[in-house]
Parts: sequence; structure tokens; C-alpha cells
Amino acid sequence: MSAETDIAVLGAGPAGGAAALAAAAGGARVVLIDEQAHPGGQVWRKKDVDLPGLAETPETCAGARLRGDLEASGATFLGGTRLWHIERVEGGWRLHLLTRGDRAETLTARAAILAPGAREFVQPFAGWTTPGVYGLAGATALMKSQGCPPGRRSVVAGGGPLALFAAAEILRLGGEVAAVATPNGRGDWLRCAPILAANPALARRGAELIARIRRAGVPILWRHVVTRAEGDRALIRVHAAPCGAEWAPTGAARAFDADALCVGHGLIPNVDVAVLAGLPRVYDADRGGWVVEAGPDGRTALEGLFLCGDGAALRGAETAARAGAGTGQAALADLRGTPAPPPAPRRPDLRARFGRAMTALARPRPGLLRLTRPNTVVCRCESLTRATLDAAIDAGAAGLDALKSATRCGMGPCGGRYCLTAAARLIEDRTGAAEGTVPPPVPRPPLFPLPVAAVAAGFDYDDLPIPAPAPL
Amino acid sequence: MTRPWDIAVVGGGIMGCATALGLAEGGMRVVVLDKGDLCQGASGVNAGTLSLQIKRVSLMDYALRGHELWEAMGDAVGFRKTGGYTLAFTPREAALLEERQTLKRAAGAPITFVSPKAVWAAEPGIADSVVAASYCPEDGYANSSLTGAYYRARLTEAGIAVRVRCPVEGVEASAGSFALATPDGPVRAARLLLAGGAWLAPLAAMLGVDLPVRARVNTVSVTEAMPALFSTVIGHATGLLTMKQKPNGTVLIGGGWQGRGTPDAGRGQVSADTLAPNVALACHAVPALQDARLLRSWTGFEANVPDFYPLAGALGGVEGAYVLGCVRGGFTIGPYLGRLMADLILGRAPERPLFDPNRSFEGDT
Repeated sequence: MSAETDIAVLGAGPAGGAAALAAAAGGARVVLIDEQAHPGGQVWRKKDVDLPGLAETPETCAGARLRGDLEASGATFLGGTRLWHIERVEGGWRLHLLTRGDRAETLTARAAILAPGAREFVQPFAGWTTPGVYGLAGATALMKSQGCPPGRRSVVAGGGPLALFAAAEILRLGGEVAAVATPNGRGDWLRCAPILAANPALARRGAELIARIRRAGVPILWRHVVTRAEGDRALIRVHAAPCGAEWAPTGAARAFDADALCVGHGLIPNVDVAVLAGLPRVYDADRGGWVVEAGPDGRTALEGLFLCGDGAALRGAETAARAGAGTGQAALADLRGTPAPPPAPRRPDLRARFGRAMTALARPRPGLLRLTRPNTVVCRCESLTRATLDAAIDAGAAGLDALKSATRCGMGPCGGRYCLTAAARLIEDRTGAAEGTVPPPVPRPPLFPLPVAAVAAGFDYDDLPIPAPAPL
Repeated sequence: MTRPWDIAVVGGGIMGCATALGLAEGGMRVVVLDKGDLCQGASGVNAGTLSLQIKRVSLMDYALRGHELWEAMGDAVGFRKTGGYTLAFTPREAALLEERQTLKRAAGAPITFVSPKAVWAAEPGIADSVVAASYCPEDGYANSSLTGAYYRARLTEAGIAVRVRCPVEGVEASAGSFALATPDGPVRAARLLLAGGAWLAPLAAMLGVDLPVRARVNTVSVTEAMPALFSTVIGHATGLLTMKQKPNGTVLIGGGWQGRGTPDAGRGQVSADTLAPNVALACHAVPALQDARLLRSWTGFEANVPDFYPLAGALGGVEGAYVLGCVRGGFTIGPYLGRLMADLILGRAPERPLFDPNRSFEGDT
């Protein structure tokens, strides 16, 4: 099946949702696409279960507001739908989609707004593939949608505010938290004091989270990293050690009995769709690593292709929503041939500064590489250890394409999403190259494992074009 | 100033690496330069099919020798001799199959025609709609991904200098020597071999030579690991399908379906319009593939000239400059042509004729 629209928006989180609303408000035909069943993205995710007595949070309220506004708008929401390929066509962009029920469909749009958000980075450490180990953001999503903690007794580990939020959320949902380990020091947070003071509501919320954790008697281990997840078939114990400013473990680890570990080492902007569409990547640690250039109104170097939200720069939900609205207006103006609305008056963007400071707190530091031991699996799809990858790098595979070819690292079902960021850092470390000089391979379609039956459907053997015979 | 190299090989694909090895064996000091990394172009991204049933009749001799060389490289390049079937599903395809495979058989490929029953007995996973088939026991595949690591090790052993991520930005030819401009500084060499695959034309243009090199944008796809579905290399009478299941269970699907893009614009792009029939044809041949999931599709640039014969020889008008490329079936034949090319450059008589790059390209398309 194929359809057409004026504006396709990929990703229905704060950025994409706001973009769709802005474009639809101007009367454009808008299709909003998301792999989740409901708009909201990760941060404003809709609860799948309605537990009585569970208080609303600012995030659930914002999500409900967005879903209500979208319902009332003229935008069409296509949930449960993923994009596996994007191609430039005459007068626009063609999105190749897999919809509910595993059907392949295409949507051709005069403009495409990408709001793909971010994904989680976990530096491989001893035992990180043990059942019971969750990504920090993944565990947060689980709690938001299912309303249950990830285990009976959890250790929560990671930088920035997300670890504190996740720990408080576990407690709120009736779970036990054995410890919170954060590589940030108290000093890191103190340095954010001016920005926190300028955002009193957010600062108050952070203080409440910490108070709730303290009240429950949960130790907060500042400047600590998880060095090992112990357990054979399931997690039984988590080891956390003090770390330095660059997050390398420096001392003896403490052990905590736990059946769940929520651990994350920052977020990575999802740039795969933008790169597949033909945009170049640049490295900018401040924006989240390898990113694609987009203007403040979301415009990219390719006509009719826009990018906004955490997929452009990690700045958090509030900033993403504002950027999304501006991007939706810019796409609408281009479509109409009218001048774009004047840029918002320049004023100190406190929310953006806050988002930027929180991103900086969570940004993975180079010492993390020390968590990955020679026998630690780095590529879990192909079961490749650091020692195997190091040997290939030493034999001359000094780029990710060469490393993939030589070892199959990143060639399994995950498409390298789990391992290639860590593998790039291994190459940089091993060859003495600077951070951000080993680019990830160009993404290849399909962007996720695609049912062959869906692609092959509708093929009629009689339509097979018989080519001119090859020269004999 | 450092001593000039005896020869600079521009392009570290199979052609360039194989020639470099022959030249080093013959005593030359060799440097290989690549704008990217070794075997990351067509050499490393093709489907790896080693099938005599899809080789040009007039290059069959070369292909037979190529198969021997791949077999000798063995496990290091994932070589498997599995045998291969070429399938026809309509009377028209059957006629095409008979006509073409008869000629290839006459040229020396041990191809036989087999009944559909024999096909199903050997390969129960093949569709029951087959009406005719041919078989070649010499067919198989290698893992093109491993060619880069393989040649890197071989070049290092042979003491050949390798400069990767080192594009040649200009060439100055003067009496008996070449100066190559690179981001790492000038490289001087007494001789020059251009083995830049789909990027040959701009390289030759630096020497003032116009080569009519074009590129096909071939698509290859791979599925996730599947239970054993078939064990041989499977082709289609039209040439629109090559398929093999690897030891790890993944199925590699090729057949020369065209993506988009040009070599000078970087990588090619997969076209959904051609990917769909390519994958559907694979399912037509082996229906159980319907249950698989596609993990990845990609493209590679296969260079050719209008007569589809290789460019392999001295470049006219530029003393000491040579060119090797545009070989139809270059993955299979490349290692052998590299040997012949090394012989030519070393002043020995190659055991089979090479292909004058200065010929007229009219006709025979």
C-alpha cells in the first residue's frame, strides 16, 4: 500500500509531537509515525496499565496533554509503525514503513521531519549481558509503561539526573533499591548550581528525588561505577567501585545483593535515518557524539528534510518540544512558499542550558573503557570479546568498516547499535586516535530486522524483468 | 629524500593487492595506497559468489584458474566449494539456460544439466516450480568481508608498505618516475599501477588518459541466521539471483539488482524498488525464506567498460604506468589477473594474454 501526504513526522515524542501539531495547525496534511502504540516518546510515555493510586508526574501530564492535542488536531497518527528505509524522490521523500501486522507500506511526503530521539549507551562491563541487567533508560520506560519496578531489589547506576529519577521511581512503585551509584561527584552537581537556581522547579524536583532516596535509607555512592554484574543465569550481586573524574575505577569494589541492575552511560542521538537519507555526520560531544547538522528551525542540508529534538542535540524534552514546534512551522512555511516565521526573540534559554548541563553530567568519559576487560563481550550478537576486537585492531583494522569485515562486530540483528560506539572507542584507544575520529559505519537498510515476507509481498513472478543477456 | 618505490599501486582491492604480492615476490619494493581501507570497495562488499555458471565464456579459462587460487586461500577467506545449481522456472528461462550453459560447458566449465527431480533430491528446500536446472560441482563462494584482513596480513608478510585513508590527489609523471600527491605527503615511485576499481577514471585522468569506465550499483542483502535451508550456491537462469547460506545460517542474496548513486558521490544507495523483486525472487527459489528477516542490504560499485572486457596492461602514452580493473566477475578472476599483471610489469611473459587498455571500446556490448 502506498499513500501521500504533505508532511511526514517520524517520532512522536516531545519534538515530533510538537512539530506535527504546529504543521497541522497550519492546515497541512500531516502523518505522525511512531513505533509505540501512542504518542509521547520515551519521556512522555503513556502508561499501558492504569494503576489506581499512582500519582501523576509532570511527564505523565505533559504526555496526556500532547496526546489530547494531537487527537484534536488534524494530524493522522500511525502507531506501531517503524521506518526501514528512506529515499529521496521527485518532489519529496519516500518513507518505507512496516506497519502493525507486519505490512510493508510506503508514504511519500513533500517534507519529512525527523524527530528520532536518542538511544541508550552502555559501556560493556563484566557480566553486562546477565539476565536482570537493564539499560537505565530502558528500565525507566518499563516503569512508565508497566508501572512495576524492574526487580525486587535493584541497583541503579549512571550519570546525570536519570539515575536519581529511576531510583526514586523504583521506590515509588514499591521496589527496593540496594544502592545508587553515580560517576558524578557532588562537585559536578555543585558546579550546576547556577543553572539549577535559574530553573527552580526542576531543581526542587531533583531535591525531592534525592530526599526520597535518602528517606528510604538507600546509599548514594558518588563517583562510583558498576564494575561487575555477578550471576550465572540471573543476576545475584552487583559490584560498584569508586572512580576518578574520567570515570575509570580506582579502588576496591563493594558488593550489593540485587536481582536487577539499571545501568546506563549516557544517551546517543539516533542519527541513522538522517544519515541514511544522505546527511553527513560530525562529532560533537556536547550534542551527544556523532550528530547531524540542523539549523535552529530544523532545516538540514537536504531540501525538504528536517531534524529536531534529542536526535539533533541532547537537550531534554522541554527543549525538544520547543524545537519541534519551530521545525513544524518552518516545514509548513517551505511547503507554502511563505517566509518562515521570525525566529523566537533571543532570550536566555534556561531550559536549553539546563538540558545541556544535564547532558554534560551524563556524557560518557574515557575512563569507562577500563570497565571492558579482555574477556568482556563487546558485540553480544556475535559474542565477540574485547580481546578478539583488540587483536583485529592490532592487525590493522583501524576503522569500524574494517573491524566489521574482519570480525563481524556489529553485523548481527542489532545492526551495531549496542556495540559500535564502544568499538569505536576501542579503536581510538588502541591506535592513539583522538575521541570522535572513528566514525560509525554508514547505516544500511533495513534499519531493523525486516520480515522478508513483507518486502516480497505483492511480487508477481510474471512481472520479473528479463534483463538484456549478459555478454558471453 | 627517501628512495622512490619501485612501484606504487593505487587501490587496495583484490586487483591491487594480488598484483602487489606478485611484484614483491619478483623483488620489487611496493607501496599500496588506498583512499579508504583495503578491500572496502567492490572487493569486500560483493556477494562472494564463485560460480563458473555466471562467468563470461571468453573469460572461462581465467575463471577456472581463479577458482584454484581461491581454493588455495581456503579458510582465511571463508572459501567453500559447495557446488551450485542454476534454476529455470519457465520454458523461456529453460531455453536461455540451455543456450548459455552449453556454451560455458564448451569453454571448459564442468557444467551438466540436471532434472528438477535431481535438484529436489539434493536440495529439498528448492521450490517445486523448477522446470530445468544446471549444476556445476566447482561452484562455491568465499567471504568477501574477509578479503581485507586476508590481504592486509599477506601484504605485511611480504614487506609491502600499505597506506590507507590516503587518497591520491594528483600525479606528476616525469621521465621514469611518478610523484603522487597525498594528504600524507608526496609518494615517489618508478612505476605506477592504477587499480582503483570504480574510481579508475578520475585516476587515469590525472595522467591525461580518458578511460570510459562506468559503474553498476549492485545490491546484496543478508538475512538473520536461519535453520539449514540449502547447501549449494543457487542461481537463476536470467542471472538475476545468486544465493548461498553461510555456515552461521545467514543467507546472502545477490543478483546484480541496481541501487542508485555514483562512485564520485560516495556510497551507493539501496533502492526499495529493486530490493523487493530481488528478495521476492529469492523466496520464489527457496520458499522457506519467507520466514526469514532481512538484516541488511547494501550496494557495491562494479566497474566496467563498454565491451565488458578487463582493462589490464600498460597505459598507452605514459611510460611506466599500468592499469588493472573493470573485470567482469572480478572477485573470482581478480587474484589470477593480479598474477598475470605482476608478470607483465616484471618483464616476464604472462601465461595468458592480458587486455590492452588502449583498445577501441566500440561494439561487443
